[in-house]
Amino acid sequence: MVDTQTTTPASQGGAEPASGPAAAALLGAGIGAFVLGVFTTWAEASSGMKSWLQWNDSVGPLMGKTILGVIAFFASWALLGFLWKDKNPELRQILVAAAVLVAAGFVLTFPTFFQAFA
Amino acid sequence: MELTNREFWTLIHGMVIGTAFLLAFAGGLAGLWSLRSEFVTPAGLAERMRRLKIGIVAMAVATWATVITGTYIVYPWYREAVPTSAKSILLANPDTADWHEFGMEWKEHIAWISPMLATVAAFLVVYYGASLARNTKLRSIVLVVFVGAFATAAVAGLFGALITKAAAVK
Repeated sequence: MVDTQTTTPASQGGAEPASGPAAAALLGAGIGAFVLGVFTTWAEASSGMKSWLQWNDSVGPLMGKTILGVIAFFASWALLGFLWKDKNPELRQILVAAAVLVAAGFVLTFPTFFQAFA
Repeated sequence: MELTNREFWTLIHGMVIGTAFLLAFAGGLAGLWSLRSEFVTPAGLAERMRRLKIGIVAMAVATWATVITGTYIVYPWYREAVPTSAKSILLANPDTADWHEFGMEWKEHIAWISPMLATVAAFLVVYYGASLARNTKLRSIVLVVFVGAFATAAVAGLFGALITKAAAVK
């Protein structure tokens, strides 16, 4: 678990701003990219999932994949932002976690990888 | 000399918003790179921050506009189930099928990671503002996220241009 200390934000006391909002945004992007990747590979592996993600016939399953990825991004950012509003999680750990999630998102959306599940 | 409705939207998606994105990226990168307290006076910092915030938010907006117009306006025309669609033309020839099976398949997915990263970079600049000039670690993180947003958009943009060259949306 990430160590978090509570500090006063700059707007309230002149100290450096808390790192929590930055951590929440970074991790949110990682989660969004990862969810996009999971649904991309899942849609390739399962025709049922591919059909379910096809929320609009002219756009195809790309619509479901991208909307779910974007929802995951904003929802996780909002939740973590609320939890870490005045906290100071260690940004190095958060950055590593976010980078791993984004890298996983890249791999899961890379055609050579996800088409192997077709 | 005239553009069809489809050519017009392809132009908006790829050239008009894409150019705004590139301009905003170049300005944002220069602004972020030189955002150091030892380089600027407090008055200069305030003026620079205003410009940087506008530029980086513009880049995030341009990135969202690009993926939304691409996915919901241009892409349905590209993938129409008719023999004359760009996708059908590419897949009909084994020499060009990879432009769809690899190029388009990669582009349509990776492009959506760019606006998430660009939005995070914009949020960090707007929220932390002038404190980024003192906070080297956070400024470096913003730079990494910002360049990541550009790199993913560049992959999508490059494949978009090459695919259009092989089979344009008409």
